[in-house]
Amino acid sequence: MATQVLMPALSPTMEEGTLARWLVKEGDSVKSGQILAEIETDKATMEFEAADDGVIGRLLVAEGTAGVKVNTPIAEMAGEGGAASAPPAPAGAAAGTTLAVSGPLSGPVAAVPAPVKAPQAAFPDWPAGTPTKTMTVREALREALAEEMRSNDRVFLMGEEVGEYQGAYKISQGLLDEFGPKRVIDTPITEHGFTGLAVGAAFGGLNPVLEFMTFNFSMQAIDQIINSAAKTLYMSGGQMGCPIVFRGPNGAAARVGAQHSQDYAAWYAQIPGLKVAMPYSAADAKGLLKAAIRDPNPVIFLENEILYGRSFEVPVLADFTIPFGKARVWREGTDVTIVSFGIGMTYALEAAEQLAKDGLSAEVIDLRTLRPIDYDTVLASVQKTNRCVTVEEGWPVGAIGNHLSATIMTRAFDYLDAPVLNCTGKDVPMPYAANLEKLALVTTAEVVEAVKSVCYR
Amino acid sequence: MAAKKPPETPNVSKDELLHFYREMLLIRRFEEKAGQLYGMGLIGGFCHLYIGQEAVVVGLEAAAKEGDKRITSYRDHGHMLACGMDPKGVMAELTGRAGGYSRGKGGSMHMFSKEKHFYGGHGIVAAQVPLGAGLAFADKYLGNDNVTFTYFGDGAANQGQVYETYNMAELWNLPVVFVIENNQYAMGTSMKRATRSRTLWERGAAYGIKGEAVDGMDVLAVKAAGEKAVAICRAGEGPYILEMMTYRYRGHSMSDPAKYRTREEVQKMRDEKDAIEHVRELLLQGGHATDEDLKLIDRDIKAVVNESAEFAKESPEPDLSELWTDVYA
Ligand SMILES: Cc1ncc(C[n+]2csc(CCOP(=O)(O)OP(=O)(O)O)c2C)c(N)n1
Ligand SMILES: [Mg+2]
Repeated sequence: MATQVLMPALSPTMEEGTLARWLVKEGDSVKSGQILAEIETDKATMEFEAADDGVIGRLLVAEGTAGVKVNTPIAEMAGEGGAASAPPAPAGAAAGTTLAVSGPLSGPVAAVPAPVKAPQAAFPDWPAGTPTKTMTVREALREALAEEMRSNDRVFLMGEEVGEYQGAYKISQGLLDEFGPKRVIDTPITEHGFTGLAVGAAFGGLNPVLEFMTFNFSMQAIDQIINSAAKTLYMSGGQMGCPIVFRGPNGAAARVGAQHSQDYAAWYAQIPGLKVAMPYSAADAKGLLKAAIRDPNPVIFLENEILYGRSFEVPVLADFTIPFGKARVWREGTDVTIVSFGIGMTYALEAAEQLAKDGLSAEVIDLRTLRPIDYDTVLASVQKTNRCVTVEEGWPVGAIGNHLSATIMTRAFDYLDAPVLNCTGKDVPMPYAANLEKLALVTTAEVVEAVKSVCYR
Repeated sequence: MAAKKPPETPNVSKDELLHFYREMLLIRRFEEKAGQLYGMGLIGGFCHLYIGQEAVVVGLEAAAKEGDKRITSYRDHGHMLACGMDPKGVMAELTGRAGGYSRGKGGSMHMFSKEKHFYGGHGIVAAQVPLGAGLAFADKYLGNDNVTFTYFGDGAANQGQVYETYNMAELWNLPVVFVIENNQYAMGTSMKRATRSRTLWERGAAYGIKGEAVDGMDVLAVKAAGEKAVAICRAGEGPYILEMMTYRYRGHSMSDPAKYRTREEVQKMRDEKDAIEHVRELLLQGGHATDEDLKLIDRDIKAVVNESAEFAKESPEPDLSELWTDVYA
């Protein structure tokens, strides 16, 4: 019985990949567990194994083909006619039951990363005429790290799997080769310990960049971040600062469940003594990370796994930084102000696009840093549009949007024609089920609805 | 690890050997199926397979009695099958369906069964270690003789909370068996790259806790060590540490390119130390079963696993109202 071998999903966020190399040819007999092909995802090259014994029929996708969607048939395979294979060789299930099913009942939820056009910035982050290149957020972060490590030998990177493994999310790929094990340091799994150690190293005159494999694991280290890193400058009467960057992916990826899907933006933004950045674009990721590494204060740098693979224009400049506390206006508009940051910008920009079709002109502001916050840009916009909607992935209670609402109410009350609405993640731990996860996350449709509501449409 | 031993005549009944064979094979086939469903996009997120480590949970469950508890990390499918949870409910949780143990809300890393005294399924490395001691604390407080099996990895063994827990567990003589599943890697980090300790079980000595290393690929050795540890705990002389020397054949999770070890290393372990093959040889050479008998078992197991996959595909997604339930009791 012939079955189809389908392009496999090889990571939580993978939707397509490159079929880099076939390791079998048509007519080959293969054993379950034998490697059929090498498949490149945006993170890594993975080996793809046969699930069953059988004979390879036609290869349907040529090696080197990029952009092969998950579940596309890539080969045909004939089973070995029910011949019993000798256990306990991992014989797998009977032919016809493995990769032959018609398609998934529910696919990954991450949106396909389309390159995002450079905005017509109301105030440009780089001089007019500067050449740019298209780059993913992942590449931009890697470049920022490498540049800062080249220019300051007190900067080092520490974390789990940052070195030999080349980074769990491949941000640090190649850095061990360039900078060696003195400056790219693999730690044991011991967040509270290595965080405290890095904070101590910062007290001692170094500039650590600490990677949390994801920010969920920074909870193991929260005491050192807040009690030691954030407060020491103050407690020492200004004598002892803590120049350190804590970085890593934050927020939901795709279906990784309640303990791996939390947005910590509002948590860290609450702490005096910390600075907090949460970039959306690759240019901001690069410029802000470089600024963060140079900053004399502890900086929380919140990245996002889904954004890592998205492409943006990044200026080609010898030394490009973005100052903290300066928002970016991605889209000018007159009817409503949508304020967001990080992955929330995806929904904000999509909503603005849809609203434009309905004749509503939205101004979209990316805060970029949450401590400090660029209140002036938000207030100036609200004074123009008289309406505001905030968008973020985190929970609704004590959200960044709550704080913006209060600030707008205090400082621009007379300009408001409607209450400020906050679009947030739902007030529940993140569920695993695909349909529930979709509901738990903030959506473009909710932003559109909120805008219509504040515009009384 | 040592090369394959010639099959000796172990002090174990035919029925027990057959039981071990069946249970370990169930885990292996179940995990292979889970890997396939992941590739098809039916399972999402993280999915950590237990293939290679089957003897650890199967051997220890043979030392447990009703009432004993178990708690582990995200690599939890094997523990659940071994303690008698229904493969259908486990697989349906992997696909995020209403028929899953957490009704689709937990996923691969977060499943629980009060009925089977399985306390999860925890995603934060080592967080389950103090939780396990807490379960044991509750049993001691309530005055019963239950024991808690608290499983964690070689990587988890470097988290500070493990040692805070050791100290309290010994101080209060808690009935907890700390089971270190030393599969030699924490993601891409080999144990040698994470610690200078030669063994993990010996660290207990600093807190006065006894323990031993066990060949975790030998289900009979595991069972024997488990019985000893459990007896110590039931006698009020716990805790006890078992460092299970084992190996995972697959990547850390489905998205691990596994460049940190060679295929030869994995193959050698499969060829020389495979736990299922070991029991299979004991069965055949002891004359307890024929090839035909074992084929029948294989067929049965395949049917159970296929049935669980069918159930997991057909079970509906949770009702949308479930988003808001279970946040508070
Ligand atoms: C606190 C924390 N840090 C990091 C991670 C990411 N992570 C998940 S599993 C893992 C490796 C754990 O290895 P080990 O304890 O040996 O268990 P194994 O996976 O081998 O079963 C890491 C680093 C996590 N989940 N939690
Ligand atoms: Mg391990």
